Order: sequence, then C-alpha cells, then structure tokens
Amino acid sequence: MLQINNITGVRGDRLLFKNLSFAVNEGELLLIKGRNGAGKTSLLRLICGLAAPETGDIFWNNESITKIRPEYFRALIYIGHDNGVNLDLTIRENLEFHRSLKACPSKNQIPEILEQLGIARYLDVPCRFLSAGQKRRVALARLMISDAKLWLLDEPFNSLDEQALNAVVGFVSDSLDRGGMCLATSHQAIDWGDTKVSEILLGNST
Amino acid sequence: MTGPFASLLKRDLTLVARTPGDYTSPVIFFVVCTTLFAFVAGTDVSLLKTIGPGVIWVSALLASMLSLEGFFRSDYEDGTLDQILTTPAPLPLLVLAKIIAHWISAGLPLLLISPILGILMNLDLFSTIILVVTIAISTPVFSLIGAFGASLVIAQKKAGMLLSLLTLPLCVPILIFSVSAVLAAADQAPVAGHLMLLGAFFMFALTLSPFATASALRVMLGN
Repeated sequence: MLQINNITGVRGDRLLFKNLSFAVNEGELLLIKGRNGAGKTSLLRLICGLAAPETGDIFWNNESITKIRPEYFRALIYIGHDNGVNLDLTIRENLEFHRSLKACPSKNQIPEILEQLGIARYLDVPCRFLSAGQKRRVALARLMISDAKLWLLDEPFNSLDEQALNAVVGFVSDSLDRGGMCLATSHQAIDWGDTKVSEILLGNST
Repeated sequence: MTGPFASLLKRDLTLVARTPGDYTSPVIFFVVCTTLFAFVAGTDVSLLKTIGPGVIWVSALLASMLSLEGFFRSDYEDGTLDQILTTPAPLPLLVLAKIIAHWISAGLPLLLISPILGILMNLDLFSTIILVVTIAISTPVFSLIGAFGASLVIAQKKAGMLLSLLTLPLCVPILIFSVSAVLAAADQAPVAGHLMLLGAFFMFALTLSPFATASALRVMLGN
C-alpha cells in the first residue's frame, strides 16, 4: 500500500500543495487532476522518490520510502513526461536496457508487447526515425517489461492514437487486476471501464 | 540477461560507436594544438624538448574538458537519468559504468595518440613511455572529476565554461605531477615518486567520485 502523509510540495518559491494526504490500495487507480502548473508532475516526482517533499512522508507498505529505497524502486515504474528513450538506439536496445535496469523482469517478450502497441515492425529501427506518438509507445512498452506493482504515469496518453490508448488502458486494468496500483495524471477523459477510479484535484490553493 | 552495470556500460559504448564525432573531436583538438606549438618553436629543438611535455599535457587536459559537457546531457534531456535514478541498483555503481564508458570514448583515444605526439615533440623513448604512463593514469582521473563537475551543472544549458571553471582547478595537481614526471624522465631522474602520487590521485578520485556524483545527481534532479 502506498500512503502519502501530509506532504508539502514547492517549486522554486511557489507553494504547490500543502499537507496533502491520501492512500492508494492494491487494485486502485488514482487520477491526479489539476490545471497546468498545479503540481501534478511535481507530485509524481515526489512519490517516485526523485525529489524529497518539504514536509511529510511517503510510506510504502508502512515503511518510509527513504529507508527502503532499493526495495521501493524495485516495486515501481515511472513513465515521466520525457520518454527515457534514447534516439540513437533501436526500440529493442532501449527496451532491453530498461529491462536490465529493473530488478524484476516480466516474462513478456518485447516483440509481443510491441505488437500490442502496434510498433512491432520498427523493432530494429533507431528511435530517431519514429514519430512522437511512436516514441511515446516505446516508453509505455516499459510498463510491460517489468513486474513492478506501482505504476506512476505522467500524462501517459500524450500523442497517442485510439489504438495505443486502448492498449495502455488494457495494460493498466490488467495490472490492477493482478493487485497493482496506478497513479496517473491526464487531461483526457478516458473510459476506464469497470476499473475502480478515484481522483484528487490539485491547485485549489491559489 | 545482464546486470544493470554491464548493460549501462554496453549501452553507452554502443552510443559512442554510433556517434563518432563525440570522440574524434577531442583527439583532433589534441593533435592540432600540440602540432601548432611545434611550429612556434621553429628549429629550436632544445626549446621543443623543454616545453614539449607541458604542451602535450595542457593540450590533453583541454581536450578532456571538451567532452565533459556531454557527460549526462542526453540522458538528462531524454529522461533516461530519471529512470537510472529510480532503479534498485546502487547509483554510484551505475555512475561508475558511465565514467568507464566516458573514459573509453574520451581518454583512451588521447592515450593511443600520445606516443606519436611525444615523438613529434622530440622526446626520447623513455620520456615518451613515461608520458604515455602519466596519460594512462590521469585521463581516468579527468573522467572521474569531470563526472562530478558535470553532475553539478546538469540543469544548465550552456555550462561549458562553468564546468571548466569547476573542474580545471581540481585537475591542476595532476597536470603538475604528470609534467614533472616526464621532465624528470628526460633528465634521467627518478620518476617513481611522481607516478605513485598520480596513482594516489587516481585511487582518491576512484573511491570518492562515484559517490559524490551520485549524491549530486540526486540533489540536482530533486529540484
């Protein structure tokens, strides 16, 4: 279980949110909403341990994430605004590199994952030659190469078409069915089917 | 299936092989800079012998600086660094993999070309050997110090000047002892002391830099 206790986030001199608390349980999807600049990305970066909150703590299975960093990083996968895709490497090379970084690789084969996302035929093409949406799909393919439980997705649907969007929604609900947790920011209205969705809204303070 | 260290090293070396411009330009700078000094010295062979080691060394140091700005640049910009920072593997170890890859692309070519420049500068055989040895010990130190410097300026777009200001002073002791070693070799004086000190600098940088760089990266990306 992921538990956020009274965290305060700032960017520069600006207060983004104060004393924010919530929890995400197994099988839950939490959507983080808010206008541009409300601090959605900052919140995700705090939760994935890239930044430290001004105040408050984040707990994973009742332990502070700063104390169990390797274990926590093993459990999470973060898809940021930037794709984490190197343009001079092929899709296969990029994904194999990311697979080796993550400690618990899944049994899914890379070509099969790419098939679901509709980019299987570009497997050995350097990512420089892919479109923005295709690069985004490569980033999202990372979700399926590890067995991470906690998915942190920052605007996952940016530049995706209908087919890829449905594939990703499918990935998320499969993961939730297996007892995963997902936090996502998104501006789009997505049909999540019968997945249990909760929402938090950032940016009321200013 | 390989471990994170080996796979990061392999990935960085693959990238080096795909972008030859990154490692050829420091070498060209090194050769051109040294050669120009040889022109200035004209026919004065003894002058060349005196300033030779210093010239080669200053050129090598400046050439090493050229490649530092790109140390974490592309990984920072495309978001790969966020991924590297959220892996269970120890970050200093991954930083070390990047440092080794950087040395292979930036330091090793300088090392390979240096004997030719030694001969060009009219150094005798023994001095040339010592020159190569000093470059072999010192270029890894530049990569180690450079990694730390590059991690501090990671968020700056045009940080070349700032990076040089940060790292050059730290490299000056290396420069001093390397040049004195080569000059001592030319005078048939003992060189072991100089080389041992260089070795000590190397060990010092090797044990500290990966940890310092890892902490700096966490702080810089946390902002």
